[in-house]
Amino acid sequence: MSELIPTQTGAPAAESELMVRAEQVHKSFGHIEVLKGIDLEVRSGEVCCLLGPSGSGKSTFLRCINHLEKINAGRIWVDGDLIGYRERGGKLHELREKEVAAQRRAIGMVFQRFNLFPHMTALENVIEAPVRVKREPKAAVRERAEALLARVGLADKMGNYPGQLSGGQQQRVAIARALAMQPKLMLFDEPTSALDPELVGEVLDVMKDLARDGMTMIVVTHEIGFAREVGDTLVFMDGGVVVERGNPREVIANPRHERTKTFLAKVL
Amino acid sequence: MESEEVTTVRARPEPIRAVPVRHPGRWVTVAVLAVLAAMFVHVLVTNDAFNWSFMVDKMFRPPIIEGLLRGTVLMTVSAMVIGVALGVVVAIMRLSDNPILRGVAWLYTWFFRAVPRLVLLAVFGNIGILWSRIEFGVPFDTQLGQLFGIDNLQLRLFGFSSRDILTGFMAGLLGLALSEAAYMAEIVRAGIQSVDPGQTEAAQALGMSRGQLLRRVVLPQAMRVIIPPTGNETIAMLKDTSLLLYVPVSVELFFQLDAVGKRTFQIFPMYVAACLWYLFLTSILLVGQYFLERHFGKGYGPAGRARLRLRTIAAEQGGGGGQGAVG
Ligand SMILES: Nc1ncnc2c1ncn2[C@@H]1O[C@H](COP(=O)(O)OP(=O)(O)O)[C@@H](O)[C@H]1O
Ligand SMILES: [Mg+2]
Repeated sequence: MSELIPTQTGAPAAESELMVRAEQVHKSFGHIEVLKGIDLEVRSGEVCCLLGPSGSGKSTFLRCINHLEKINAGRIWVDGDLIGYRERGGKLHELREKEVAAQRRAIGMVFQRFNLFPHMTALENVIEAPVRVKREPKAAVRERAEALLARVGLADKMGNYPGQLSGGQQQRVAIARALAMQPKLMLFDEPTSALDPELVGEVLDVMKDLARDGMTMIVVTHEIGFAREVGDTLVFMDGGVVVERGNPREVIANPRHERTKTFLAKVL
Repeated sequence: MESEEVTTVRARPEPIRAVPVRHPGRWVTVAVLAVLAAMFVHVLVTNDAFNWSFMVDKMFRPPIIEGLLRGTVLMTVSAMVIGVALGVVVAIMRLSDNPILRGVAWLYTWFFRAVPRLVLLAVFGNIGILWSRIEFGVPFDTQLGQLFGIDNLQLRLFGFSSRDILTGFMAGLLGLALSEAAYMAEIVRAGIQSVDPGQTEAAQALGMSRGQLLRRVVLPQAMRVIIPPTGNETIAMLKDTSLLLYVPVSVELFFQLDAVGKRTFQIFPMYVAACLWYLFLTSILLVGQYFLERHFGKGYGPAGRARLRLRTIAAEQGGGGGQGAVG
């Protein structure tokens, strides 16, 4: 059946190629429903750009994907694994803290405000999780971390504390920290919104490089240029629903929906 | 016109040599204080009740030094070590998702902060009245046994004579440490809550467990907030060891000075000796605290430093039992 349903980019996607599948995701805070039934499919190796006005629920949706928020209804699968629950005998069972943590290891996340550990150097930030969480040997992790930091252009800043780095440098360390866990999927929540304009480029370059390498990425961003150049799909959200989706170049050139038009007019 | 403007800009103005404002009030204050100080010294030197030579002779005697080392210094260190460790546990329970753990932690801090330390120590000193033996086993065993028709059922696993373990020193240590844990729990909780929630999120997103993120990410950052008030707690604890007189703990500085004073009918000189000893010991801690505060107060700005200082004052006033929570 699924082969008959074309995905947004036109190519039929087999179940196995899907990295992320979200079905009818609902999320409320108290009485306020923030996500009102989000459907999303992201294929392996795809770069999906999530756009939308502030407060439309983009961050909340991203946080649901790695179970930082518990959803109220719907299902999310990452690489075939149901996130946060186990389905047994037609009933959902909550996963234990350990099992949730194990699912999160495969999902990297980059935050708007970097959230580097301020009491650790750049290198220690990158080494921490593989050594403590995955229990990998320190020497091997160290080598990988140094290579990652070199790759994001920070070979000479490994011993610096986050407080001694610029915003752009901190965000590149944060990307390296997430990559050190060798994730299958990377989530970016407005990674350049807290940066001075002249520092945005260096972070976007690292992300482009990552996309070229075939990383599956969901990127919440207001950088239209990035979405047009690197994005495989563009999803426009407003008021907790997906308003429009498609090829980024087409959507940006010819938005069909009125709300998309208004939003693009503001950010372009 | 133009050249004139240039010269006015370039000319360096004459340095100000103004007549300073006079402060006659200051001189009056200095004079009054000088007279008061002279009066105080006069009393110290001429009043025989001070009996300085007697005091100096007694205050370095071996029992007093032993009381100082064991009952004051060792007790302060032990009570603080247990208090901090238990305080961290209670604070983490208080912040847990489990409502039962939260409730127990709340009850604990409520009880130990509401009962004055002096009263608490008197209770712990007399707890032997409650049980001659301290035993661990099934609670209400005898009563349950009667319910099933068994007479005098005893399900005890192991026990001690309370006189063996609840010596004065142990009772005093227990009282001070348990009470300290309640105050430390509040300080640690404030410290944990001061850490940016983004840190927890980042650690969770990397797949860290709750224990890992506390140990590796949150607690190291909370230290900035936890350490300065812990210094105050240590100073307050050192002073509060004098309350052990009411347990009683005999190997303790104030107990020994008090005893010598009562035995020789020279109470006042021995109390002055107590003041001098506590002044000496707390001064050492105050020096240590000055450096701690300077180190951890970095980047707090004047307002933050003032808040730290307020806590210090609170600690000194709270000599009768720790001070309250951190804002
Ligand atoms: N933890 C929370 N508690 C209550 N309301 C929240 C919480 N997180 C987000 N919200 C609300 O959910 C809505 C969507 O927020 P968010 O997902 O951050 O939007 P976006 O990232 O698109 O700007 C906002 O109205 C916000 O106030
Ligand atoms: Mg957001």
